[in-house]
Amino acid sequence: MRKLLSSPSGLIGSLLLAIVLTAALFGPWLAPYEPQQFHAQSRLQGPSLQFLLGTDQYGRDLLSRILNGAPATVLFGIGATVLGVGVGSIIGVIAGVAGGRTDSIIMRILDGMLAMPELLFTLLIVTFLGGGTTQALLAVAVTFTPGMARVARSSVLSVRTREYVLAAIARGESQNWIVFREVLPNALGPVIVEATIRVSFAIMIGATLGFLGLGAQPPSTEWGLMVAEARQFMFRNPWCVAMPGLAIAITAMGFNLFGDALRDVFDPKRNH
Amino acid sequence: MSLTYLLRRLGAVLIVLAIVTVAVFVITNVLPGNAALMILGENATAENLSALERQLGLDRPLPVQYLHWIGGVLQGDFGMSLRLRLPVSEVVGSAFFNSLWLAGIVLVAVTLIAIPLGALAALTRGTVVDAVIGVFSYLGTALPEFVTATLLLVIFAKPENPIFPAGGFVAPFDDFPGFLRHVVLPAATLGLILMAHISRQVRSEMSEVLASDYVRAARLKGLSERRVIWRHTLPNSLAPAVAVISLDIGYLLGGIIVVEEIFAWPGLGRLLIYALQNRDLPVIQAITLLLAVVYALSNLLADLVIAKLDPRVRYA
Repeated sequence: MRKLLSSPSGLIGSLLLAIVLTAALFGPWLAPYEPQQFHAQSRLQGPSLQFLLGTDQYGRDLLSRILNGAPATVLFGIGATVLGVGVGSIIGVIAGVAGGRTDSIIMRILDGMLAMPELLFTLLIVTFLGGGTTQALLAVAVTFTPGMARVARSSVLSVRTREYVLAAIARGESQNWIVFREVLPNALGPVIVEATIRVSFAIMIGATLGFLGLGAQPPSTEWGLMVAEARQFMFRNPWCVAMPGLAIAITAMGFNLFGDALRDVFDPKRNH
Repeated sequence: MSLTYLLRRLGAVLIVLAIVTVAVFVITNVLPGNAALMILGENATAENLSALERQLGLDRPLPVQYLHWIGGVLQGDFGMSLRLRLPVSEVVGSAFFNSLWLAGIVLVAVTLIAIPLGALAALTRGTVVDAVIGVFSYLGTALPEFVTATLLLVIFAKPENPIFPAGGFVAPFDDFPGFLRHVVLPAATLGLILMAHISRQVRSEMSEVLASDYVRAARLKGLSERRVIWRHTLPNSLAPAVAVISLDIGYLLGGIIVVEEIFAWPGLGRLLIYALQNRDLPVIQAITLLLAVVYALSNLLADLVIAKLDPRVRYA
């Protein structure tokens, strides 16, 4: 942990993440106004003391809306990643441990899924599942599965021939013991690093789906949807597209910086 | 480069693409909402529906349908668009070239800007210049295209005095300056994130090479700094940059969907969104397949370039 905070990128990443997670967990209680409350006298205003980030086309407080949208946006990203990483890792570990024919069949199927650009794959799935937050979350998770399976597999393969695993085999430990006590704990690092960085992708894809009308639906205050709804008024008040956009950028940057710092901790040799 | 290596790689690409065709077919056929329902709408009678299903061959078993579809695809026949009432190959073909213009301009611009930028960051490592480039590249990878696009529109396409048009397309052969004015904002949107990504990769790779023994040896030999950088460092940092560019093509093909939709660029991305909204299955299938082919071929090409740039890569 100390090592994580010692690099500037780790420190900034942790700080941003702390802010973002606070907003995601307590946002609705921290908001100064109700997110749907109209202030007819003060539509499309810039930041002021009364409305810290300005107001939208109905005079709703942008800060309150962003704080209320934080759970929908951030927890979406974390949820989709956890699901994708979980399923992907199980597939990857099975392939890596089994080897041989099972491994090559699984890997060829994954190659086929990876041959489609990520956003295209997500769009295909979400269209056929029908738009909505749950469907979008599932679609992002499915999209992440093949990539995560690859990372988990290669991580298992690199650990499998290490001395401590060979020692356990020589000691005559059971297959389960070797997999669960020796291989998995040591193969976890790269998976966690990859997962952290992927949360930022998941948040960006989720917001993009919201923007295209395929993810969160009104009256949600999901940030991508906020940008989409404010687009008509963007020339009259640029703040109402800039603020939710900035919120997405800060969140994604937090996870990226934190993930990079985490990688340096797990893998000190690759230090740039 | 041996011919067998090339053939083996091509074979692997074909296998992957075969799997993609199955995946695309399964996703578009197994999930709810079939083509007959799409054409006739929600209010169709059961008889009309089953008649059309028979006509379209939807009552046959899935493997038969798949073979029928793939047989057509191999002859360049993707069927008829359900909505536009035109052959899919015609619709998709013209959209493909419009997208190609956009993607090509982005790739050339990004390569010309990102590699020098990354090299500059590596050479000024730890200084203000490096920090500024670093912040810019982190910001670039954290902004989704729809946010960048919207912000660029707010700044450069104000209705009172637009510096660049807010959207639309002019064919480059009709009016080249007009084409350039229309391509600036969409290309900038796509370019920002790619530039951030590639310059970061070049920086990290070049820092590593600068710290390597052979660069130290070149310096100790008394070679000029310019020669050390141009002859010893830069060429050895380029192979990973090419690898990243090829991976980024996958990103570019996805980003193009959103960007074309926002800027009303009549390419594959915009057509895909239209087809998805209208469940125009043959068009969706053709575009997905086409993008997968482009992606696979660009990866193959990148591998060949990397092998040329880096003699240590074995054609195994």
